[in-house]
Amino acid sequence: MKPPLFDYVTPESVEEAVAARAAEEDSVLLAGGQSLLATLNFRIANPALLIDISRIAALKGIDVGAGEIIIRAMVRQREVELSDAVHGANPLLREVLQKVAHTVVRNRGTIAGSIAHADAAAELPAMLLATEGVVDVQGPGGTRVIEASDLFKFHLTTSLAGDEMITAVRIPNLAPNTGWSFKEFARRRGDYALAGICALVTLDDNGRCTKARLSACGIASTAVRLESAEAELAGSTLDENTIARAAKAARDCVTAADDSQASTAYRRHLVDTLTQRTVAVARDRALERRAA
Amino acid sequence: MATAMFGERVQRLADAKLVRGEGRYIDDIPLEGALHVAFVRSPFARAKILSIDCDAAREMDGVAAVYTCDDLGRLDLEMPLLIPHPSLTEPRTQRPLAKGEVFHVGQTVAMVVAVDRYTAEDAIRMVDVDYEPLEVELDLEAAIQDDAPRVHADVANNVAAQFVQTVGDPDDAFARAEHITKIKVQVDRSTAAPLECRAIAARWDDITGELMVWDGTQAPISVRGGLASILGLDEDKVRVTAPDVGGGFGQKVLLFYPDELLVPFAAMQLGRPVKYIEDRNENFIGSSQERTQIHELELAATKDGEVLGLRDSFLHDTGAFIPYGIAIAQVASTSIAGPYRVPNIWVEFKAVYTPTVLVTPYRGCGRPQACFAIERAMDKLADELGLDRFEVRRRNLIRDEDFPYRRDGLVFADGLPLEHDSGQYGKALDMVLEHIGVDAFAAEQEAARAEGRYIGLGLGFYVEGTGLGPYEGSHIRIHPITGKVYVNTGLTCQGQGHETVFAQITADQLGVAVGDVIVVEGDTGVFDWGVATFASRAAVVSGNAIHKTALKVREQVLEAAANMLEAAKEDIVLEDGKAFVNGVPDMAVTLAEVATASNPLRYAFNEAAKTSTQFAPAFNHDGPALGEGDAPGMEATDYYSPPHATWAYGVHAAIIEVDPGLCSVKFKRYICVHDCGRMINPTLVEGQIMGGVAQGVGGAHYERIEYDEDGNPRNANFMDFLMPYASEVPPVEILHLETPSPLNPLGVKGVGEAGCIPVGQVLVSGVADALKPLGIGPLEHVPLTPDMIFQALGGEKDE
Repeated sequence: MKPPLFDYVTPESVEEAVAARAAEEDSVLLAGGQSLLATLNFRIANPALLIDISRIAALKGIDVGAGEIIIRAMVRQREVELSDAVHGANPLLREVLQKVAHTVVRNRGTIAGSIAHADAAAELPAMLLATEGVVDVQGPGGTRVIEASDLFKFHLTTSLAGDEMITAVRIPNLAPNTGWSFKEFARRRGDYALAGICALVTLDDNGRCTKARLSACGIASTAVRLESAEAELAGSTLDENTIARAAKAARDCVTAADDSQASTAYRRHLVDTLTQRTVAVARDRALERRAA
Repeated sequence: MATAMFGERVQRLADAKLVRGEGRYIDDIPLEGALHVAFVRSPFARAKILSIDCDAAREMDGVAAVYTCDDLGRLDLEMPLLIPHPSLTEPRTQRPLAKGEVFHVGQTVAMVVAVDRYTAEDAIRMVDVDYEPLEVELDLEAAIQDDAPRVHADVANNVAAQFVQTVGDPDDAFARAEHITKIKVQVDRSTAAPLECRAIAARWDDITGELMVWDGTQAPISVRGGLASILGLDEDKVRVTAPDVGGGFGQKVLLFYPDELLVPFAAMQLGRPVKYIEDRNENFIGSSQERTQIHELELAATKDGEVLGLRDSFLHDTGAFIPYGIAIAQVASTSIAGPYRVPNIWVEFKAVYTPTVLVTPYRGCGRPQACFAIERAMDKLADELGLDRFEVRRRNLIRDEDFPYRRDGLVFADGLPLEHDSGQYGKALDMVLEHIGVDAFAAEQEAARAEGRYIGLGLGFYVEGTGLGPYEGSHIRIHPITGKVYVNTGLTCQGQGHETVFAQITADQLGVAVGDVIVVEGDTGVFDWGVATFASRAAVVSGNAIHKTALKVREQVLEAAANMLEAAKEDIVLEDGKAFVNGVPDMAVTLAEVATASNPLRYAFNEAAKTSTQFAPAFNHDGPALGEGDAPGMEATDYYSPPHATWAYGVHAAIIEVDPGLCSVKFKRYICVHDCGRMINPTLVEGQIMGGVAQGVGGAHYERIEYDEDGNPRNANFMDFLMPYASEVPPVEILHLETPSPLNPLGVKGVGEAGCIPVGQVLVSGVADALKPLGIGPLEHVPLTPDMIFQALGGEKDE
């Protein structure tokens, strides 16, 4: 479990990093290293070049604005988790981050790194889907924005080109009259979840759901939106029967095959339970916020 | 009278060093110019090796040598069968490097020695091995069929050993039975996963012809003997020492792992120190594992739940090799009746080869499997008879007046007849039920159910034969200059705290502070008679050896001090590092002075030494300085050999909440009542129990070594092999019960393995109790995973 030989560079700017990436096809970006270093030590990855972006000043810092939270690429997960400004703007983030691995991992791991890694069981891609966030991307040809719904293509695969990098993750602030919840079931505290559900629901003055956004991790080849379940909720008062119908619809979003931790049938059961519980919590929080 | 140290909660003496990071493990041994080892390992469960091409690897920069079996000379051999047994008719053992065929994924095929581990890992990828894969069967029950693919071509049905033991007349018991309960249970494979993986380093001194070996082993003396014999060296020319070792749990008691032979061999061949530090992946695919057994057990009982007889037939997975003999299956088969009288027993096992990592004892060693089988059966018996499960146990427990309770016909793992020597089994059961509040619990359970919550009470009773022979020894010397007491013993410590309890035993006899007793273990250069650390035996066997030795030294001190103080020996008191005359504390000599004076000197190298030179006033006798038969110094050696295993026992109970929505479980309370005889140090006993419970929780709910149908390990890492974290292990409320063992002077029994034994039963019976109203199916398999609970609840429903 020692890594193979590789070259290592530490660019000082995004442009340098992108140029290094373009010059060596067999290169990878090193941010927090919490997934990459393990794959190197297992020799699952064998890149010729590691581009360490941790010294790029432009990739540091969080901006909490009136409409969105901008988390630049080298911001550690722990920093976001502990930020009161972020929490004030969108409390879903802290709730999700507290389930991401362990503190020591979050001290190093980055938000953008986890999203770029695109593990199907990871929490942050699901969070990005539910919040309808975007990523800012830079490549040799310039910059572009990729919406969450266009980003995740397969387990460990995104729509970024080989020579592009994420420079920031942008997440909308929590909308008014909106409640949130994230719940997952992992075998051990901090493990990748067997299933996890993010729920955001917005209620009108009559307590009717005007918008629901549900996403899941651990149940398919990528993090997924549970659109069929969202459709069951929209326009309803989120009574128990409606929630149960949505949860049943959510079950059918499970496409992961049986694995050694969970059968498909059990994952469907988990998704059902977690959907019911997250939607109920999100609804109650929305009601509280509306009352406040 | 000074306070006796035996029984005190003395803080662990090793901890200050270890928590400051001053422990010295094998990889911390500075060896200038050391070379490092990596192994080419088989990627196939079963295959013929057609060719091995090492040329490219040998030509790499930094590679010192590449070895295959053809390069090993006399070391190209089958490893020893450590514990032969008449029932073991088809023993097969591992080889240092595969010869012609491989038997499991991870088997060592070639060894690379290079300037560092990075280079060695690069080089193993340059060794080109051509394999022809063979058919395999991973399923234990399928493996014993006539047409099953064989692990060893000449071993039919893959059966290494088959053994039957009988107590009383089981056929008659079953003929008389009013009720027969049948159950089939399974326990899956786990691994010890010590914090420090295995490690070994060796240095050969060409001038003195001495081989120095640092080995993270539980058995340095045995390794020394084996190495000397295989390498053709005198035992005195081989020194094996186990420095600080980060956990063993049985995995480090096997000899030999390939590296244990090949690292010393390479050091001798290459004339440079060589190190092998096993990594976690190698630990999962190369170091031994344990647990898989499938038991089919029947109880013959009366309608009142009295068990008349037991029949058990089980399969034991021994992996690809069986160097440790039938030890695990034998322990399981002889522990199968648990704490119950059961006068008639028939127990049979087959030890079965599978193309997987070899199986040798891991903490518990067959006892968790036996406990799970008998305890599930007792619950089922009670259920079928409509009786209270605790009452059925009470009716069958060995009663206080039955001790010593012999099971004639069962031979335990020490080769001696099985006899439960002492205990208060009924009291232990009452204590645990009272402490958990069994009566109040029923109401609490009802109330919870009304709220849609499901809580259950789990309970498991275990017994453990501990403190196996053959023997251990001890050497104690009082240092003449400092008065400090040096204690040596042959077995070795992997973090248990031997140094503390052995110091307590010694301090009591010699009247010194515990901190002035320095225990040195696991170094053949210091003491080289003894066996190893295994079978919850250190406190029993080495502890009593040290006690006996300390008594001898005490006699020497009393005699010498009486002479020096011109008092009667009976009047001498040993306390605070001094000997003084009872009632006259001023008439005192320190132990340092006694030790110095007992060594006739010519040269006065310090103030104290002046008292024992030829012209000193104290040196006032005629004739030779040392009388005929006398020896200099205050020191002695003695040994302890137990008559047979001494049986510890205990009951664990837990309140478990199950969330049917997630099929998750949570321990709300966990209680342990245990009896390990007299406790030397309750704090260390509790540490052993908590660590055991943690590993038990792993085996009960989390840990399963998985192989796919081709024999590839599927979870050989800490991400996929679910060893519980601290967050998964509940706090344990521990209640002590002390019934002294009548078998040894200290009255102690072992406690090292106890904690892990009943946890599977505790969890499963608690889950079954919690989910009873939902109509849960049978739970007879551990680890019990959430998915298994989901299936037992009927799988997916369209509610």
